[in-house]
This record gives sequence, structure tokens and C-alpha cells, in this order.
Amino acid sequence: MSTINLDSKIPAGPLEDKWDNHKFSVKLVNPANRRKFRVVIVGSGLAGASAAATLGELGYHVQLLTFHDSPRRAHSIAAQGGINAAKNYPNDGDSVKRLFYDTIKGGDFRSREANVHRLAQVSVNIIDQCVSQGVPFAREYAGLLDNRSFGGAQVSRTFYARGQTGQQLLLGAYQALARQIHLGNVELHNRTEMLDMVMKDGRAVGLVARDLITGAIHSYSGHAVVLATGGYGNVFYLSTNAMASNVTAAWRAHKRGALMANPCFTQIHPTCIPASDEFQSKLTLMSESLRNDGRIWVPQNAEETRSPEQIPDSERDYFLERMYPSFGNLAPRDIASRASKRQVDVGKGVGPIKNGVYLDFDEAINRLGAPVIEERYGNLLQMYERITGEDPYKMPMRIYPAVHYTMGGLWVDYNLMSNVEGLYVLGEANFSDHGANRLGASALMQGLSDGYFVLPATITDYLAPQLGEAPISTDDPIFKQAEAAVRDRTNQMVAIKGTHSPDHFHRELGKIIWEHCGMERSAESLDQALAEIPVLREQFWNDVRVLGDTESFNQSVEKAGRVADFLEFGEELVLDARRREESCGGHFRVEYQTEDGEALRNDDDFAHVAAWEWEGEGNEPTLHREPLVYENVHLATRSYK
Amino acid sequence: MKLTLKIWRQDGPTAKGRFETYEMPAVVPDMSFLEMIDVLNERLIAEEAEPIAFDHDCREGICGSCSMMINGIPHGPERGTATCQLHMRKFKDGQHITVEPWRARSFPIIKDLAVDRSPLDRIIEAGGYISAPTGAARDANEILIPKEAADAAMDAAACIGCGACVAACPNGAAQLFTAAKYSHLSLLPQGQPERWTRAIGMVDEMERWFGSCTNFGECETACPKEISIDFIALLNRDYIKAQFKNRRLSGQKS
Repeated sequence: MSTINLDSKIPAGPLEDKWDNHKFSVKLVNPANRRKFRVVIVGSGLAGASAAATLGELGYHVQLLTFHDSPRRAHSIAAQGGINAAKNYPNDGDSVKRLFYDTIKGGDFRSREANVHRLAQVSVNIIDQCVSQGVPFAREYAGLLDNRSFGGAQVSRTFYARGQTGQQLLLGAYQALARQIHLGNVELHNRTEMLDMVMKDGRAVGLVARDLITGAIHSYSGHAVVLATGGYGNVFYLSTNAMASNVTAAWRAHKRGALMANPCFTQIHPTCIPASDEFQSKLTLMSESLRNDGRIWVPQNAEETRSPEQIPDSERDYFLERMYPSFGNLAPRDIASRASKRQVDVGKGVGPIKNGVYLDFDEAINRLGAPVIEERYGNLLQMYERITGEDPYKMPMRIYPAVHYTMGGLWVDYNLMSNVEGLYVLGEANFSDHGANRLGASALMQGLSDGYFVLPATITDYLAPQLGEAPISTDDPIFKQAEAAVRDRTNQMVAIKGTHSPDHFHRELGKIIWEHCGMERSAESLDQALAEIPVLREQFWNDVRVLGDTESFNQSVEKAGRVADFLEFGEELVLDARRREESCGGHFRVEYQTEDGEALRNDDDFAHVAAWEWEGEGNEPTLHREPLVYENVHLATRSYK
Repeated sequence: MKLTLKIWRQDGPTAKGRFETYEMPAVVPDMSFLEMIDVLNERLIAEEAEPIAFDHDCREGICGSCSMMINGIPHGPERGTATCQLHMRKFKDGQHITVEPWRARSFPIIKDLAVDRSPLDRIIEAGGYISAPTGAARDANEILIPKEAADAAMDAAACIGCGACVAACPNGAAQLFTAAKYSHLSLLPQGQPERWTRAIGMVDEMERWFGSCTNFGECETACPKEISIDFIALLNRDYIKAQFKNRRLSGQKS
């Protein structure tokens, strides 16, 4: 047990003024002194690239690591639908307060008021920033920006660039970053993977990384370390995350003392293309924006054998419209996912292996015409056709929920600093803003808020007192020890020479977690997972087969290291789910539900952030609780009816 | 489906490469091309042979990582489709398929099918941006952009930076990549102040690394986002104009 004090450092004062007051109260670094500070950033997605570009613009020296060949490949690029902002351009009643409230409510009252309010405030600046960089958001004919609506909202506040919003936002941040690289303010280390964090006197002072081309182990040191390394959805093996997305950077920091918060808050996205066979390597998301015009239904009769267009309207069950009339097909993700799962569970699933529900554009095509639908969703529908071989203009699409996003992550305070001094965590890698469920089009908002606006304003408070101090030399024994440990671990995996590939263990882990800790969880299923994961982990360390050597480009070595970390992390995720004896947002415990099957929260015992402290291999991590205090919103039962 | 794969194997950047042939007795038509390679790699590991190295990540056709020459065509036979989105139902039972890395001198091979495409980043760094430091922006709706202009910019901005255009080009030119990014920015009002320095910066950097464009048009055919070579015309025109443009007058409407 340690003496960790979980101080969220939320500024005093009225909610609306907290961020402004805080920006005034932090220490600053004067422009001429900024070049004396070095910041190491890991990850080049929306959060990492925007932070690196902005810190570079301000005059700091930034070292940016990404395991991709180019910063532009980060998985933010795959976000399709859009980004929220409280601009209220459509004049439909939106405001900072409403975006704040929708986000808190959408997160099922498990996020911090102050963080979420700041996010809503900053959202408007993000759109301005992106437009000034040349992000080609959709426009009306008069040249004004266009909006659409997303789940969990009754206003249109989502800005979009066809179905490629994430791509365009990431390219905007990447281009700003490229400019700073050209100017020499940011030093880019591509194909470089962080494998450990280095601490000295209780502070994060740098990290150890592997050059993925040569296999060489190098250290990087700075006045502060920033992780913007994304989410851990691939712990489920099949998810909509990119193949390389992993928990390693966050997990390495966790094992050095950073707390992992709410890992059981994982989001299952309702509209993905159902798996077709056992070789499937990942699942593909179909943007939530499709729910603006697509209607979700299943046949009323579980024995139905006709093809969808032959089933008359009276024999279809538009179950979301029926159950949630005011939000209809735009019910939040967790609610829509569970509703779909239940239809499939009672045998009403559609498709060759009855593992999906229909998402139907027929009515919208009749109302608006196919060209309008093509204009709005063309690239998504084309992607669907490519993957399934079916034409969504003629046949309803088949969709099913899949793991998509993780709300949990490393614990951070209001400054986005973890409990480890000098370690900042941005974007999906932290736990901060989405509570137990993220609303659509809010991930891009948070990543860019953290990187463009929050970190650059808060990091000065930590840097300023270090003026005149050089970063710890990477020749320091503390770095040499960490390098040796990383080399040993990598060599150890290669030396096992077992019989199964790293992917085999990843797939097995994914099966355990999806089955026992997926859309619905119970004490029994979670206990089962807690029994199975350590056995699998043991098998991995005795039986993994990693071919080739560690001193060259070796994707098996990369993969094995990531799977090894998932095998540890997965257990903590399940433990968190076991201890949270309530249902909220994406965390649905079957023991805790209302009569009509909705999530039943327990605010008396669980209105807190569960932050886990690593206690060494073989020991149960220690749970720390940060109480969530609601001064401005009333904790209500979510209703989307 | 039964297929025969002939795949380029190369142990490292300086090693001598060779083709290896693999029989694939049971390919499922619904598999993607990369899932077929996954299956082959699992088999190779089981046989204690090193798996095939290849770049891939999102598998949704947007990150631009995947990069395979399939029967001599970048990203294979289906138009407008990246390798990761290509499905085996597009091939015939019994077919022989040759798989190679991107063919371009500017993209040296790292291992097997993985190549180094970082020269593309250098072109962006040399001017493929609009200088807009964080915090300096005015309200987004103060910049009116006619829908047609925004749509044209978006058509160009759809580039995923995979490098298929370079691999397809007999000259190894990166003209389509450069033109797409150049046009995205230069078609927008926000991109006007730096338009002429951008043209020179990006083209000169491109010329340092890549061959020259002679209008073969192979790039457009290979592009997984079907980006039009019309953008190359815009880039070429602007590059010439930029040579004698009096920049002190660039605040005026032309």
C-alpha cells in the first residue's frame, strides 16, 4: 500500500469560470525560456500530433515518438462520422451548457463535471482552429458550415468531412506538426515504440523505446513525458481498432506507478459489420451518422426466412424507435448496442449466421432520393459493399455491435497529469471525460481539446519551476537499467521457442474477455475470466513462439510484447468490472438492471473513479477511489424514451 | 478456393531478395487479401519459418499503411480499393498471384513487403500545410467557402498517402501525391497566402526524392481513392506561375 493522494486539482469557483481562473493561476514560461525545455511525446494521433505541433509553435523542444512509419497513420485517421462542438450554428438550442450536460448524461454520470465543462467550452475553438488549418468540413451552398446530429443529442452539433472526419482532422494536426518538424522544433522518431517509462525521484523523466527497423534500444529524456497512445480496445482481439493499437505504453507507465482508472468502461459500438468467419482479423465500423437516415429493424418472427425486401412493414420490428420514441435510432451507443444484442439473442438475428440486425435506407432513399444518400454516406456504403459483396442501396445493411472505444485509461487530474509527477496523458489513453459511455463524435473533440488547448496551457505549471535544470542524461544508470530490462524481456520472449504464435494467445484472450466481460457481465462470468486469464498468461510465457531475432525488423517481436501486456492488463480490466457492482453506461452487470432491462446505477456506492495501483506480478492491484462530486447536475436515471 | 502465391521475400534492406511460392489450398472468398496473408503467416510460424513482413494497420482503407503490388498492380485488380479492402471473391479458383513490395527506388525495402515511404513526409514538411498556429483562428463561419470549392478540396484531401501512385509510375514520380495535398490546400481561401511558396517548396522537395512526371496517368488508375490527375495540372500550372509571381501583390485578388 502506498500513500497515493488522488487529488483531482479541480479549481475552485463556479463551473463556468473554472478553466479561465485556472489558466490565470498557473505558472507561465516566458517565450525566450521555452526552448530550454524538452518534452517527450509518445503517439501521433489527434492528441499527440496536436500537442506536439502546439508545443512546437510555442517554442518548446519536442521529441515525438510513433511506432507508425508516418505520424499520419495513427488510428484517429479512421474516425468517420464527425466532431461535436457547441457552435449552435443551426440555431436549434445548443449551448456549451447543453453539450456539457449531454456529455455528462451520456457518460451515465461517471465523469468529472469540471473536465467535461472545459471540453464543451473548448469545443468551439477546435472547429475554428481546424477550419483555419484548411480542414475541408462539409459546407452549405452559401459557404457556411454544415452540421448533422449524432446519438445522445437532440441538436445538430456535429461537423463532418464526408465520412472521413478523423482523417481530415488528423491530417490538419499532422500538417501543423510537419511544419514544426521542418522548423526544427519537433524531432520525429518514427517506427519507434515505447517499451518502458523511466522515473527518478518519483518523477517521470523519460522513456526507453525500440527502433523497430534495427531493433536497437534507445532512451529519450525530457522535462516532462506525454502519453497520447490511444485506447486498449484490442484487448478483445476483435474490435474496430487498428491492428497495431495496444495498451503497452500505458501499461508500462502503470507498472511504474501510474494509476489505471475505470478500465472496465469499454464501449461497444452498435453499427459494425458482423464477423463473417473465424479468420476475421478485425471488425469494421459503419459510422453512427448512418443512424440519421437508416432505420434499424429485425423481423418480428424469429423463424423468418424471406429476404428483407419481401418482409412487409407490418412484420418488421423497428425496435429502437419502438423502445425509445424520442431518440429513436439515435439512442446512445450503449443502449442501442444492448437492444440489438437482445434481438439477436432471442433468435431474431439476420444474415447467414443470424448475427446481425438490419440498418435500412429504403425509406430515406424514397424520401430523399439515392443521390442525396450517396452524397451523405457514399464512401461508407461503398466500403460496406466492398467488404460484404452486398449493395446497400438495394439490400438493407447488416450490422452488429463491436468493441470500438475505451473510456477508461490512465488516471489524470484536471491538468491531465497522472499521479506520477511529470507524466501527462492525453486523448483516449486517459480516462477523463467520457464517464461510462462516450457519445458519438466526442472522441475527436477530446483528443484535439487535450492536445491543442489543455496540455499547452497546463504543462507550464510543471515546467516553470524546472527552469535552469537540464533533463536527466540518458547515460544515467537509471536509463541504462531500464534499457537492460527491456532487452532482457524481449530476448526472453524469443528464447521461449514454444509452439503457438503471439496471435494465437491474443485470439484466446479476446474470446475470454468478449464472452465474460463484453456487452453483459455477471459476477459469475467475471470470476470465470479471472480464473482463465492467469492460466493463459502462464501458457504464453511457456509456449509462445517468436521467430527471428530481436536486432532487426521483426513484427512478431512487436506483437508478442503487446500481447504479453494485454494478458496482464486484461485481468485488471475484469477485476475492475467485478468490483463495480452496478450497471452504468457501457458496463452492464446483469445483476443490476431495471425491470425493463436498463442499466441500474448505484450512486451511493459507486459514484467514484476506480483507480488501480499496480502491486507487482502475482499480487492483486490496490483500488483507490476518487469520489465524483456533482454540484451542477442532478444525478438522474438516464432516459432516452 | 485454391490459389498459388508467389511472394517476394527479402531478409533486410541490403539482403538479396527472392520469390517464394506458397500453395493456399483453402481460401475463403469472404476473406480480405491481408487476412489470407495472416493465415499464411500463422501456417509459416507453425512450420517454424519466419512470417512475411508487411505494413498494415487500420484495414479499413484509410490509414494508407498497406502496400502490395498484386500481379504487378499496386493494391491489386479492383479499382479504387486499397489492399486491405480487397477481398478474395475478386479472384478465381486456381489463380496464381504474384505479390511484391512497392516498386520504387525512393522507397527502399525494409523487409519482405515493407518499404520506407518517409520521403512522402518530407514533401509535406516542405510546405504541405497552412500556417495556423493554435489559438490564432477566427470564427469558423467567417470564412465562407462555396460548397463546390470545399468539395473539390475534399476530393483532393482524400489522399491516404499510401504511395501507390509512385509504385505505379514508370518514372517513380510522386506527382499525384504532391498535387493532391497541394490542391487540397490551394483550392481553399485559407491556403492562398502561402500558395506560391507552397508550390515551390513542395515541388522542389519532391524532385529531390522522386522521378519526374511525364503524364502516363498510371497513378490515377492505381489510386485507391481515385484521385484525379487534373490536380497535377493545377500543381504544374501553379509551379510555373510561382516562379515569376510578385509576392508583394499576393494580397490582391487575381
